[in-house]
Amino acid sequence: MTTYETSTVVPAPRRPWDHTRSTAVRVAVLVFLSGIFSSVINGLTGLSGFLGWYLGLAFALPVIAFVGSVRHGWNLASDRIATALITVAFAAVTIPWVSIFVTVYQKGSKAFHAKYLTDDMRITPSSDLIQYGGVAHAIIGTLIMVLIASLIAVPLGILAAVYIVEIKGRFAKLVRFLTQAMSGVPSIVAGLFIYATVVVFFGGFSAWAGALSLVILMLPTVARTSEEILKIVPDDLRTASYALGATQARTTFRVVLPTVASGLVTAAVLGIARVVGETAPLILTASYFVAKSTSLTEPIASLPIYIFSSLGLGDDNATTRAWGGSLVLLGVVFILFAIARTISTRLSRK
Amino acid sequence: MQTTDSPVAPREVHTYYTRVDRVFRGFVAASALFSLVVLMLIAAFLLYRGFEIFSDFGFGFITNSKWDIGNPEDTSTAVLGIGAMLVGSVITAFIAIIVAVPFAMASALFIEFYAPRFLRTVLTAVLDLVAAIPSVIYGIWGYVVLLPLVEDWSGTLYKYLNWIPIFDVQTPIFGRSPLLAGLLLAIMILPIVTSVAREVYGQAPRDLIDASYALGGTKWAGIRTVVLPFGKSGLVGGAMLGLGRAMGETVAVYLTLNLVFKTNFQILASAGGNVASLIANKFGEATAYELKALMAAGLVLFLVTLLVNFLATVIVNRSRKIV
Repeated sequence: MTTYETSTVVPAPRRPWDHTRSTAVRVAVLVFLSGIFSSVINGLTGLSGFLGWYLGLAFALPVIAFVGSVRHGWNLASDRIATALITVAFAAVTIPWVSIFVTVYQKGSKAFHAKYLTDDMRITPSSDLIQYGGVAHAIIGTLIMVLIASLIAVPLGILAAVYIVEIKGRFAKLVRFLTQAMSGVPSIVAGLFIYATVVVFFGGFSAWAGALSLVILMLPTVARTSEEILKIVPDDLRTASYALGATQARTTFRVVLPTVASGLVTAAVLGIARVVGETAPLILTASYFVAKSTSLTEPIASLPIYIFSSLGLGDDNATTRAWGGSLVLLGVVFILFAIARTISTRLSRK
Repeated sequence: MQTTDSPVAPREVHTYYTRVDRVFRGFVAASALFSLVVLMLIAAFLLYRGFEIFSDFGFGFITNSKWDIGNPEDTSTAVLGIGAMLVGSVITAFIAIIVAVPFAMASALFIEFYAPRFLRTVLTAVLDLVAAIPSVIYGIWGYVVLLPLVEDWSGTLYKYLNWIPIFDVQTPIFGRSPLLAGLLLAIMILPIVTSVAREVYGQAPRDLIDASYALGGTKWAGIRTVVLPFGKSGLVGGAMLGLGRAMGETVAVYLTLNLVFKTNFQILASAGGNVASLIANKFGEATAYELKALMAAGLVLFLVTLLVNFLATVIVNRSRKIV
C-alpha cells in the first residue's frame, strides 16, 4: 500500500501576467534613459519647453524600448513598442486637460473678490476694474433657464425611456434612433429653430426661449441615460407586480420608477451638466442682460454668454472677467458631476 | 394506463390592457414621439424661413463662396453662398478626426487594457467630465493658450513643408487658422470618440484574447489580432459621432478661426470659417434677408449633421449587434 505524502505547503500559483518588481525597475530605467535622451534631443534641435521635451520623450521611449528588447525577438519588441506608444499617447491626451483646468483656475481666481458671486454688472462696464461687479446675474439667469429646461426635458426624457423599456411599443426602435439623432443636432441649429419660432412669434429674446432651446439639447442625454438605468430593473419586480394584479401604469409608477429613482436623478443631473455651458443657442434666444433679472419674458444673462461677451471685447479686465466666469461655470459642472457620481455609486452599491 | 390528454379543454388565457393602461400607453407613446415632432419642426421651420433663399439662389447657395448683402434696400443685389463655410467645416472637422482618432484609439486601449484597475474607474469618470467641459471654455483656452503654440508650430511647418500645397501660405503670418480650430476640435471630440471606442473594445471576446495569451502571444498580439479587428466598426462609428460634433461646433470655432469668405485649403492661413460660426457671427447685425440666408445655412448644417449622425448610429449599432 502506497501512501502519498500530503504537503502542507501550497505553492503560490504563478501569475506570469502580473507586474513584478523587475518590470517596475525596467520601466523606471526606461523612462529615466528616455528623459535624458529627450533632453539631449532638445539640446541638439530647436525644441524647447515642456512640450518639446515631451515630444522628445515620445520619440525616445519606443526607440529605447525597442533597442532594449530586440535581442528577445520581434514579438516581445513589438509588444514593448506598442506599450510605450499607447502610454505616451494617452499621457499626451491628458496634457490639454490638465492645462485647461490649471489655466482656468489660475486666471479665473484673479477675477474673484469678496462680492464676485453676489454682484451683477448693472453699473459696471466689462472693462472696469476687477473689484467691481460680479456674476450673480449670470448665475441667476443660468439657474432659471436650466430649471425650466429640466422641468420639461426630464419628464419627457424619462417617458421616452419608459416607452422603450417598459412599453416596448411598435416605435421603440424608432424612438431610440430619433433620440440618438437628436443628440447630434448642432446647438446653434437648436437656437436657430427656437429663434425662428418662439422668438419671432413672441417678439423678442426671453428666458423662456433660452430654456426651450436647452430642452432640445438636454432631452437626448436624459433619455439615453434613463434608458440604461431602467434596463437594470429586474424583470422579477415587474412580474411580481403584475401577479398581484397591478396595471402596467401602476407597475411603472409605483414599482419600476421608484426602484431606480436615484438613477433617474443621475440622468437629470447629467442632462443639466450637458446644457449648463451651452453658449450658441442662448446667443440666438436669451441674449444677455447686465442686471439681475427673474423675468421670463425678457432677455436674461447666463454664465456662458457672460464669458463669451466679455471675451469679445479684447480688454484685459474683460478677459479676466471671462476667465472668472469660466471658473464659476467649470465649478458648476464639476459639482454637478460630483452629485451624479455620488448618487450612481450609491445606486450600484445597492 | 393513464392518458395524458385531459378531457377538459384548457382555460383560455386573455391578455388585454385595462382602460387605464391604454391611456397610459398612449400618453407615454405620444411623449416619446416628441423627439420626432421636434426634428420635423426644425426642418420645417428652417425650410419655411429660408425658402426664399433657396428659390433665389438655388444650388448656388451651397457652392458659391461669396457673402455680400449688396444694397440692404434691394435684395436682388445680394449674393449669398456658404460654399467657403462648408469647405471650412469639412476641413476643420477632418483635421480634428485625423488628429483625434489615433489618440482616442491609444487612450481607449490604455484605459481598457493597460491601466491598473483603480485608475480605470477614475479615468472613465474623468473622460465623462472632460466631455462635459463647455465649449466656450475650450474656446477661450484655445484662444489664449493654444493660439500662440499653434502659431509657433505653423511657422515650423511652413518653413520645412511649404512645398506641400496645404502647408503653403501667401504671407507667412499665422493666427486663427483652420489648423488651430481643427486641433482645438480634436481636443474637444477626443473624449466622445474615446468613450465609444473604449466601450466597443471592452466588449471584445475575452476567450479569444485569452486564447492568444495561451498561444504565447503578448498583450499587443492579443490587441492586434482580436481587439482591433473586433472594434473596427465601433471606432469608425465613434469617429463619425466626433465628426458630427466637430462640424456643428460654434463657439470654439468662432473664437479660433478668422471668418473670411474665401474657399481656403491652406490650413495655416488665417482664413476660414464654418457654417455654425457663420451663423453666430452674422446673427447680431443681420438684415432681414440675411437672416433668411442664415436660416437656410442652418438647414443645410442640420441636414449634413443629421446624415453624419445617422451613419454613425447605424455603424455603432451594427458593431454592438455582433456581440
